[in-house]
Amino acid sequence: MSKGHTPSTQTRRPDRAALVIAVFLAGLAGLIFWDTSRLASASGYSGIGPATIPFVIAGMLLLLAAWTVFEALRGDFPARERQEFGPVIWIVGGLAAQMLTLKPLGFSIATGLLFAATAAGFGKRKLWFTIPIGIVLCLCVWLVFAGLLQLSLPAGPLEHLFW
Amino acid sequence: MNTFEFLLQGLLVAAQPMNLLYALIGVTLGTAVGVLPGIGPALTVALLLPVTYRLDPGGSLIMFAGIYYGGMYGGSTTSILLNTPGESSSIVTALEGNKMARAGRGGPALATAAIGSFVAGLIATLGLAFIAPFVVKLALVFGPREYFALMVLAFVTVSSAFGDSTLRGLTSLFIGFALAIIGIDQLSGQARMSFGIPDLLDGIEVTTLAVAMFAIGESLYIAAQGDQGPDKVEAVRGSVWMTGQDWARSWKAWLRGTAIGFPIGAMPAGGAEIGTFLSYATEKRLTKHPEEFGKGAIEGVAGPEAANNASAAGTLVPLLTLGLPTTATAAIMLAGFQQYGLQPGPLLFATNPQLVWGLIASLLIANFMLLVLNLPLVGLWVKLLTIPKPWLYAGILLFATLGTIGANPSVFELGMLLAFGVLGYVMRIFGYPIAPVVVGLILGPLAEQQLRRALSISQGDVTVLFTSPVAAVLLTIAAAALIIPLILRARGRGQVLSQLAASED
Repeated sequence: MSKGHTPSTQTRRPDRAALVIAVFLAGLAGLIFWDTSRLASASGYSGIGPATIPFVIAGMLLLLAAWTVFEALRGDFPARERQEFGPVIWIVGGLAAQMLTLKPLGFSIATGLLFAATAAGFGKRKLWFTIPIGIVLCLCVWLVFAGLLQLSLPAGPLEHLFW
Repeated sequence: MNTFEFLLQGLLVAAQPMNLLYALIGVTLGTAVGVLPGIGPALTVALLLPVTYRLDPGGSLIMFAGIYYGGMYGGSTTSILLNTPGESSSIVTALEGNKMARAGRGGPALATAAIGSFVAGLIATLGLAFIAPFVVKLALVFGPREYFALMVLAFVTVSSAFGDSTLRGLTSLFIGFALAIIGIDQLSGQARMSFGIPDLLDGIEVTTLAVAMFAIGESLYIAAQGDQGPDKVEAVRGSVWMTGQDWARSWKAWLRGTAIGFPIGAMPAGGAEIGTFLSYATEKRLTKHPEEFGKGAIEGVAGPEAANNASAAGTLVPLLTLGLPTTATAAIMLAGFQQYGLQPGPLLFATNPQLVWGLIASLLIANFMLLVLNLPLVGLWVKLLTIPKPWLYAGILLFATLGTIGANPSVFELGMLLAFGVLGYVMRIFGYPIAPVVVGLILGPLAEQQLRRALSISQGDVTVLFTSPVAAVLLTIAAAALIIPLILRARGRGQVLSQLAASED
């Protein structure tokens, strides 16, 4: 849904990315309707139960989706800045890598990978240099937060050397 | 007991050595993180929340108070020396402050900002102490429908009254609401929107959402701008001290800024930025040196900076007395209270006076510490500004994920962090404000509870919401705050409103 349109000069053209947003909002509304429809019977004597507010929210989301379509057709959305997707992929990849390696490899290695990937996203691409720095830094952070502040950060092979 | 005695008691709590230490750690961390470019007070508070997880509630909230005030101070340093305000409420400070720094008067600009923040923080915190008991008395006569009306007003002002689009503000708010219904319904115990996933039964953590949207979304957005070269940090040349003339021009601006900022922050309506803009306009009109405005007028730094801090203290009035967060920062602070099972509101003043007054007193102490800490150490804070972007953002993401892992070391939670980060990034591209999502997530369930209680009492009669005079007035104001900006924007007069936009705070 994040089409990085260059700012268009002809403003009266339908804005396709904004239409995608409208579809997303309508989809979200549909999801809420579908989930809460099974609760509808439990509305109690006041006529208002756990399903009432979700219905109202979903209805409002549908309205907002319609409004978004209207503004998209009129080209009312503000111009967007050009987005470079290389850095975004680096950072998202780093977060995904951290998520997947957190349990097996422990906090320091997983977060060190995230650290290096983020630095790469911002232009420091020397991974052989940034990954070790990241891991050492994260190990220090782990020692402070898990050791001193007793936060439960997952330990891996590296952390077990110290604890 | 009267306010004085309560405050004195609070000071005794706050002056215990351990609590002083917590406050000192809080202000130091808060300033250090708040100084970093791109990090406003909301993100500062969200990032540092995990540091306080293992403390007792009293110590943790005292540290929190320090972090909050420290973050506000740090933001002004960034905007004066870097001209990229870390928080929207510092935009005005950057207008004149950065010009002063370029003209070699960065020292006095920082000094007037710091002393102005101190004066404003002192007066406004005392104001908080004296107003709070009255609001608490008022709040005790509020029933569910009055609370609901108050929340509706807060929703409208946070999402759509300011900023450049009613549509996008409301969309953000309702995305927050949609996320808020995930989990077990508090009144009936039924699971909603959890799709059989046990991790979703507890609902979505406010801190996870806030950190994801502010830290990860913002990092992605900045990375996607590509390499634009390093930002130019203005060196602090010459004396840090203000001359006699600087003092003479500053002190009235501090007081006026405080008088403008505090009431605006204290109103249960949100929008801390308005005070800074009003203060700037006032100073521009009253100054004897109109030719200096736009080129580095010291009043233009002193007034808005005081207004900024005064309204920051002001937002604590609705937060502590009504349990009503009106900014993203306040929403995260509310989450900080809730992790200890504390619900701010009139009852907290009755059941836990030591805690509340200890918190208020430690705000005063934090304020003193910041004054002492800020001026001599300004060189150190400036060094933080020169951290290269790759290391800076790598560090920000390290701490952003650290907080989430510390709260709940599960792969699912990290997945949510990633998903909301991408959502925040996409919203940022398309100009959707972030604060309404956070406020909607935390305040949505409270508003639903009050509404359902009100309607249970009336046995489903909706008109009951409008028959209480207080509720009717509040709802009328809310309707006006929704409709008038719509008309203004339709007539092409929306620029003023988008200038007042709350992008973060």
